[in-house]
Amino acid sequence: MMFLSLQHRDPMLKKRDDFEDMLEERRNSSDLRYALRCYTPVLYKGLAPCKASMLKSMVLQSDQLHHVIGQVSRETGRAADDVQEEASAILEEMAHCLQLSTVRFFAFTLSKVFKTLFRSICVNEEGIQRLQQAIQEHPVVLLPSHRSYMDFLLMSYILYTYDIALPVIAAGMDFMGMKFVGEMLRMSGAFFIRRSFGGDKLYWSVFSEYVKTMLKNGFAPVEFFLEGTRSRTSKSLTPKLGLLNIVMDPYLKGEVYDINVVPVSISYERILEEALYAREMLGVPKPKESTSGLFKARKVLSEDYGSIHVYFGQPVSVRSLAQGRVNRCQFNLVPRHIPRRPSEEIQSFVNDSAYRLVRAQEENMVLKPWVLLASLLLQNHHQDQTAGQKRGMVLEELTAQAVWLRDMFREYGAFLHWPVVLLDICVGGQVKPGEPHSTVTPEEELLSQAVIVLSCASYRNQGLHVFLRPALLASAINAASSNLKQEVFNSFSFLRNMFSNEFILCPGATVQDFEEACYLLVKTGALQVTQQELLVTERGQRTVAFLTSMLDPFLQGYQVVCRFLCEEATENLTEKQFVPAVRKFIIKHLLAGRLRYTEVLSSDLQKNSLAALLRLGAVQKIKGRIKLSKVTYSSVFLLRTCVNLTYNC
Amino acid sequence: PTTDCFPSYLRNYLICKILEKRGGELKMSFPEIMKWNGWGYSDSKFLFNKKGQAEFTGKRYRLSGMIIPGLKDWMEGTFGANLQHKTPATVSPATLNKAFLEELKSTGIPFSHDAEDRVFRAHGHCLHEIFALREGKFGRVPDMVVWPNCHNDVVKIVELACKHNVCVIPYGGGTSVSSALECPPEETRSIVSLDTSQMNRILWIDEKNLTAHVEAGIVGQDLERLLNESGYCTGHEPDSMEFSSLGGWVATRASGMKKNIYGNIEDLVIHIRMVTPRGVIEKSCQGPRMSTGPDIHHFIMGSEGTLGVVTEVTMKIRPMPEYQKYGSVVFPNFEQGVACLREVAKQRCAPASIRLMDNEQFKFGHALKPQVSSIFTSFLDGLKTFYITKFKGFDPNRLCVATLLFEGDREKVLQHEKQVYDIAAKFGGLAAGEDNGQRGYMLTFVIAYLRDLGMDYYVIGESFETSVPWDRVLDICRNVKARIIQECKDKGVQFPPLSTCRVTQTYDTGACVYFYFAFNYRGLSDPVHVYEQVEHAAREEILANGGSLSHHHGVGKLRKEWMRDTVSNVGVGMLKSVKDYVDPDNIFGNRNLL
Repeated sequence: MMFLSLQHRDPMLKKRDDFEDMLEERRNSSDLRYALRCYTPVLYKGLAPCKASMLKSMVLQSDQLHHVIGQVSRETGRAADDVQEEASAILEEMAHCLQLSTVRFFAFTLSKVFKTLFRSICVNEEGIQRLQQAIQEHPVVLLPSHRSYMDFLLMSYILYTYDIALPVIAAGMDFMGMKFVGEMLRMSGAFFIRRSFGGDKLYWSVFSEYVKTMLKNGFAPVEFFLEGTRSRTSKSLTPKLGLLNIVMDPYLKGEVYDINVVPVSISYERILEEALYAREMLGVPKPKESTSGLFKARKVLSEDYGSIHVYFGQPVSVRSLAQGRVNRCQFNLVPRHIPRRPSEEIQSFVNDSAYRLVRAQEENMVLKPWVLLASLLLQNHHQDQTAGQKRGMVLEELTAQAVWLRDMFREYGAFLHWPVVLLDICVGGQVKPGEPHSTVTPEEELLSQAVIVLSCASYRNQGLHVFLRPALLASAINAASSNLKQEVFNSFSFLRNMFSNEFILCPGATVQDFEEACYLLVKTGALQVTQQELLVTERGQRTVAFLTSMLDPFLQGYQVVCRFLCEEATENLTEKQFVPAVRKFIIKHLLAGRLRYTEVLSSDLQKNSLAALLRLGAVQKIKGRIKLSKVTYSSVFLLRTCVNLTYNC
Repeated sequence: PTTDCFPSYLRNYLICKILEKRGGELKMSFPEIMKWNGWGYSDSKFLFNKKGQAEFTGKRYRLSGMIIPGLKDWMEGTFGANLQHKTPATVSPATLNKAFLEELKSTGIPFSHDAEDRVFRAHGHCLHEIFALREGKFGRVPDMVVWPNCHNDVVKIVELACKHNVCVIPYGGGTSVSSALECPPEETRSIVSLDTSQMNRILWIDEKNLTAHVEAGIVGQDLERLLNESGYCTGHEPDSMEFSSLGGWVATRASGMKKNIYGNIEDLVIHIRMVTPRGVIEKSCQGPRMSTGPDIHHFIMGSEGTLGVVTEVTMKIRPMPEYQKYGSVVFPNFEQGVACLREVAKQRCAPASIRLMDNEQFKFGHALKPQVSSIFTSFLDGLKTFYITKFKGFDPNRLCVATLLFEGDREKVLQHEKQVYDIAAKFGGLAAGEDNGQRGYMLTFVIAYLRDLGMDYYVIGESFETSVPWDRVLDICRNVKARIIQECKDKGVQFPPLSTCRVTQTYDTGACVYFYFAFNYRGLSDPVHVYEQVEHAAREEILANGGSLSHHHGVGKLRKEWMRDTVSNVGVGMLKSVKDYVDPDNIFGNRNLL
């Protein structure tokens, strides 16, 4: 069953579109004229656009909302009118009111801003054409990757430029806090949802009906971020399913023939929030979004953020995703407007689709040379540290290694953007990452070094998805007690399972992932697969060593969390206290030189490992407190395995 | 609505002529009047005359003998059909079985094992059946045909069949569109086709109770005509009524166009007599309703020939309507049209018939418009079009038409008509005249002939139906039509297919929807297979959108695979156990339904 033929499509043969720089025209012609030009996008089935007020009344008159209002009023004993009013207020708070004039204002100002910030904004125009086609055929959902606040302004800016219907965008309520800006965003198509509304039936109902009404009538493409929030690490985040469930619902219930989902990969050469993210993960809390904060942030205007690549992926038909997976007859026996929890079949379908879509985003992320350099420098830095030296890397050596790595990236199907002439490296002083500034205490020194390492890691992380499966296999080979396929597979499967909160690994696809990893390593000559065994070849040693050390920081992170839980966790450890406590524990060990990777200070890593341990049942959450699982035998075993495994690596 | 009938004296005359002794055996059939490899009468068909204009031949229909100038352009425009090529047809040879022959001879019941008779009864009117006939390919056909003359003849035949273990397939009008008449290829026993066509008498009419007792082989139009002679009608008018039989209606749970007034077959039937291998099943009285456990009629209705042969039926009759009036309404779009039909159903004021065609079908109906007789009519038509599209702002690519038929007292009809038109007006509907309405209904009868014309020119097509709750009507129409188009594209059909629908019946809680689809199969190596895949996909789409497996065509063998999902495991088990009791040796072995 497991070791089938390795007939994967060669990732090197992936065909990708060419890019056009859309800023170039902006630099050569009037921004004002551009902002005021005639904007006539084509809509779904040639529909006329719908006014925001009409949309609201459609939502308020919908069968679903009527049903829920009745239900809430019966349950709470409130008058139906009262509940209706609340619904109307929720909608008022939520709804967008897209105005072309605001869009034009943004088109003008963003042109100015983008031109100062970025060297270029590159878009694949074929993708734009596909999108235009898709919009006319079926309702469209846009799913951009999320790395920066810039993302959705950028998306709307691009669509406006190419005369494509402007999307309505699901945004977190925190933006609303920014008085003026919140309203501006609303007028440019954003609608606002509360971060959590778990049990609030009415809220959920208004929200889902609002999104579905826009979608199924084809009034505008709906845009949201599958990852739910900005990724602070440049790794894709585990997808959130709420909105995806909502947008797939009209198809599953037969209200539309199909829905086109378009993954969009936005790759920044340098993310605006880069330094903020690193600090945040090290414990400096995220600043509350405020207008004044935005103005303070304007100093970024004087810096160079390189270029942005935006790749509009192949539209994915929800119908074809659901083909043979979902039996739509399940909606035949209850009126479709009565909200019901999605069946298990649908939940697992939506979950799998979400992973596929995030992977589709990852696949078309453009990787710059910095990603490779950061990977190499970080590895080198750690080796130095172990050896107790601080010598950095010679530029020639770095170049040679980078070329080696570039070829490997290419073979693994990465979307590399390699300049013909490597620019005069602006890393300059940073060839040795982690050169500490003179600071007072050792702890402060450690933290300021960690900021640099985490920033570096966020570059490396951009390329992680390319290596992830081979790297898991390489680590599995190292960890397994023998070269027997079954042994390696078991250890691969364990690692993969453990890391499935950390990386995008589709649930239930262990065998496919294993085969893909084997295929890639065999193809590049690093591995030999015989009937019984997996053998690393002579020339594969370097690859395998590189791949293993890619995962090492993560393994150590999980290990240290395990150790913390075994050794130091008190009875009353709450979830809130977890991160600070682990951080303290880690700092202690780092300063004592017992840990190799400063990266394990990342709260992201710590949270992910806790989530994994919770998922695996090694720890439990009881009344908000984290405890080792009651079934201590199995949990201790699991923790041991984690620890042992990481020691082995 | 059929202005012209197939007169029974002519049929009797033909039967007498055909009843020739041939080597001690009787031959009885009427292929001279009926097409053996296509729909309907031999003299009625579409053809293209020397000028390249379409013409409908014969004298039977309102369209007969008329020139239809728009058809050629429509066909070329819609399918890319090129009216140049034609395909001929041949018939496969016969295999004989004599096991049960000797005893049958002694009963004196006429029979035949002539190849033509057998092939004629080996098929219904599914596309693949007709296509195979035309290509001269045919699988298993019945080994012989018997023509019982009355109930007792049927009892004798079934007894003999049980005794000699012979498979019996009842045959009525042969209008099945569910592969119900196809002989199971795996059947090794001799197959006897039991043709009920000679059992075609009205045995009595009870004017006090308004019932008629009729032999089940009678064909719809004969039944209506004979009753009309006494001033009555059943009002049961399925589109196939020219050819389909009473027994067939009962066996498939048929539905008639005018069910809003008269009801479907289950509402019309008072008493059924059926011959089964276990004996004769019937009720002991004719009470209008009974509480005597599950209604045994419901084991019979829809049994599709798997349990026995329906021989006699007592039906409700009604005095003939005093007045009939056609009508039509144009709606700006299909959504409005459906909303109007829903409202009409809600107010329970549906006319005898109300049907809503979508835009594509409206255009098709337009293409079938006969040549106008005068410049004045032509001018008037132009004026109407101008009014609707320019003055009223209806988009010719979105508008759709409802056709109406009112029946009853003159006064009430006019009142009723006003009520319906008032509702229609609320949904933007404009009255569009009687003529359009009448033409719409005429099309129903002619459309089956059109398929034969299509096949001559590399166009194949079919219709299928479903029933669906009101809230799903628009969704199912949109999705099934889109699915058909997508599947055709995926299967390599080079020209965009015709994919249209209409709502043909309204109920309190839902509607019956018909889909029509046709495509040009040039360039496809196995067009029938492609066609079957598309129809299969369309049926799956119907089921996924909350539609039923069938509203009135039945399951047959064509839709068997979905039976279990439709009625649940226990449901299938129930039906199986009835079959096992009634027919343990599977004498009625057409293998329909289960």
